[in-house]
Amino acid sequence: MARFLQKELEKMKKMILSLGTIVEERVHMAIKAIETKNADIAARIIQSDHEIDEMEVEVEEECLKILALHQPVAVDLRFLIAVIKINNDLERIGDQAVNIAERVDILAKSKVHDVFFDYSQMAQKAETMLKNSLDAFVNLDIDLAFEILAMDDEVDNIKHEAYDLIKEEMKKQPDCIGYLINLLLISRHLERLADHATNIAEEVIYLIEGDIVRHGKALTD
Amino acid sequence: MTKTDVKKPITEQLALPHIKYRKFKQTIFFALFRFAALINGTALAIILFFLLKNGYKAINWTFLTQPPIDSMTKGGILPCIVGTLYLSLGAIAISLPIGIASAIYLNEYAGSGRVLRIIRLGINNLAGVPSVVFGLFGLAFFVIYLKMGVSILAGALTLGLLSLPVIIGATEEALKTVPETYREASLGLGATKLQTIFRVVLPCAMPGILTGAILGISRAAGETAPIMFTAAVFFTPDLPSSIFDEIMALPYHIYVLSTAGTEIEATRPLQYGTSLVLIVLVFGMNLAAILLRARLRKRMHI
Amino acid sequence: MDADLKMSVKQLNFFYDKFKALENISLDFYAGHVTALIGPSGCGKSTFLRCLNRMNDLIPKSRVEGKILLDNEDIYDCAVNVATLRSRIGMVFQKPNPFPKTIFENVAYGLRVNGIKDKTLIADRVTESLNQAALWDEVKDRIYDSALELSGGQQQRLCIARALAIKPEVILMDEPASALDPIATQKIEELIHQLKKMFTIIIVTHNMQQAARVSDITAFFYMGKLIETDKTDTLFTRPKLKQTEDYITGRFG
Repeated sequence: MARFLQKELEKMKKMILSLGTIVEERVHMAIKAIETKNADIAARIIQSDHEIDEMEVEVEEECLKILALHQPVAVDLRFLIAVIKINNDLERIGDQAVNIAERVDILAKSKVHDVFFDYSQMAQKAETMLKNSLDAFVNLDIDLAFEILAMDDEVDNIKHEAYDLIKEEMKKQPDCIGYLINLLLISRHLERLADHATNIAEEVIYLIEGDIVRHGKALTD
Repeated sequence: MTKTDVKKPITEQLALPHIKYRKFKQTIFFALFRFAALINGTALAIILFFLLKNGYKAINWTFLTQPPIDSMTKGGILPCIVGTLYLSLGAIAISLPIGIASAIYLNEYAGSGRVLRIIRLGINNLAGVPSVVFGLFGLAFFVIYLKMGVSILAGALTLGLLSLPVIIGATEEALKTVPETYREASLGLGATKLQTIFRVVLPCAMPGILTGAILGISRAAGETAPIMFTAAVFFTPDLPSSIFDEIMALPYHIYVLSTAGTEIEATRPLQYGTSLVLIVLVFGMNLAAILLRARLRKRMHI
Repeated sequence: MDADLKMSVKQLNFFYDKFKALENISLDFYAGHVTALIGPSGCGKSTFLRCLNRMNDLIPKSRVEGKILLDNEDIYDCAVNVATLRSRIGMVFQKPNPFPKTIFENVAYGLRVNGIKDKTLIADRVTESLNQAALWDEVKDRIYDSALELSGGQQQRLCIARALAIKPEVILMDEPASALDPIATQKIEELIHQLKKMFTIIIVTHNMQQAARVSDITAFFYMGKLIETDKTDTLFTRPKLKQTEDYITGRFG
């Protein structure tokens, strides 16, 4: 019976990783869309979001099935809980990609085309965090997971920079305020995206150590 | 049958003659077993039929309630019936407590060891001693050495001794059927071992013990050899007034009538009649054992 | 642990003749808590349980080393009366084993053998115990019927009532639900939950989910050794030792 459960858990891992791959791809597209202000890419992201939603539901159902039928304990239980939570985070990251795409769509249609803030660094960091969090999950790499927790602060700092800069710009150009709000929202979406990647890293730590690292508890030591 | 096709069911691959042969063998053996069982039943039926046919004419009220008269060629067998009943009851009274106590010791208290093995060996050998040897022992020990004389007491003691191994065996078997968990439950509630034996183990084993005991005694009741030196006499018309009196007994009476009587041929009906009474008495005891067991079981809620 | 220490086992070794069945076991039991002993068959958990009320005394050639303290007194001290000890430490067995007596007499048995003769007291204790064992409502109209007419689950609750009647301080349960169906099992588990307020309960179980459900503390035995003991929720979410984890997740062997 136990071997049977192991097989089911392996299957779960594959499912969550393929969801992870798709989400990574969407995030990558979203970042490209920001850089190029490409409405086509944005539209593709928005249209294909239902794939992620469907996969999320599928993963969740599979997890519930395993919980009900096998009643796993200890490391198996922690793994399954981590999968359920990572699943949720990945879906939310997919949503952030859609949000970004919607902002880009508006920006692309706008008359203003000045670049007031360069998101490339922030976007790159967020993407790296997502990639690393999934790598940490696959390899059960606790050090990598802790690195992600640290990177989240950097992303937050960039978000504050963007906020200050765009606020200044709003004062200077009140007629561009709609454009600027959308531009500012991108920073918020990227920051949320990084937060979800951080959550994934925390789940990985929980999975490995069994300690719940949340709300900055682990950063103190 | 060296090569079998793994995909086909094994039954399809067996050679047909083999299947037929197996069935044939089974039929033959079952028939043999049935025949063996039948012999048992038939033997009993023949004995009963024979006794009834030859003996029923002798049975009447006088036969059952009067002492023998005219050199035992006429009259009844009352002293024999009473004597056998006294001897049986006496034997039970002696062997039941000793037998049960021994069995409890062997099964509940004694561990395993050399002394225990010697005791067991003793009991098993006691069961194998011929009854005439018991009779001689009774004569030498109870009648002469202990100066009991030829008496009910000496006969009952001898018969009791004879049935001891049976009673010990039956009791041990009955004790073994009491689940170990009952003992554990009782001890777990703070009962002592003695309390456990008296309140749980013995009540549970009692139906089995009593059945075994009565069967042992009914077997002893029909014995001739142990009583002919110790308790029974050729003829005494009076019923016993104390346990030191000598008595007549059914098995010995049959023996006397058919071997040493004055007119062996003339008393044939009396011999058959007496045998019939003895058999009915023994059957009665067995029936009593069965009824008692059923009642005890019902009361025990088993 | 912020509870009263009820029993304390110190460096316990147990031998069947020359075979060492338990090796250097130290474990504490707290009042008001359920402690579950888990482990594969033959790991010594039942042997250990039976050391706690000296049931193993019955096994010839067995030997105990070490101490088992009940309220700070060694139960293997030669001054201890075993029968009295066992009336303080009740036991419920794997298979329901009511005596072939009436329901009433089964519960009254422990009182009678402990010398209680007052009829009203006995009747009161029987009613109270059957109530505590959540059996009273089912049997109140037939307490003079045979206990063997009850269902398996009811018989086991009767055995629990029988143990409760003499007001023990500790109750040992040796796989009390292993012979029962899921609903009867659930009733027994609920009962354990109720009873732990009043008694120190120690339960051996093969069923790990059961250990997880009913116990506060779980001790994992393997090959006669105590491998790990911890709060049940900790042991079942993040055990410290790999051996424990392998066992509870079924990766054994």
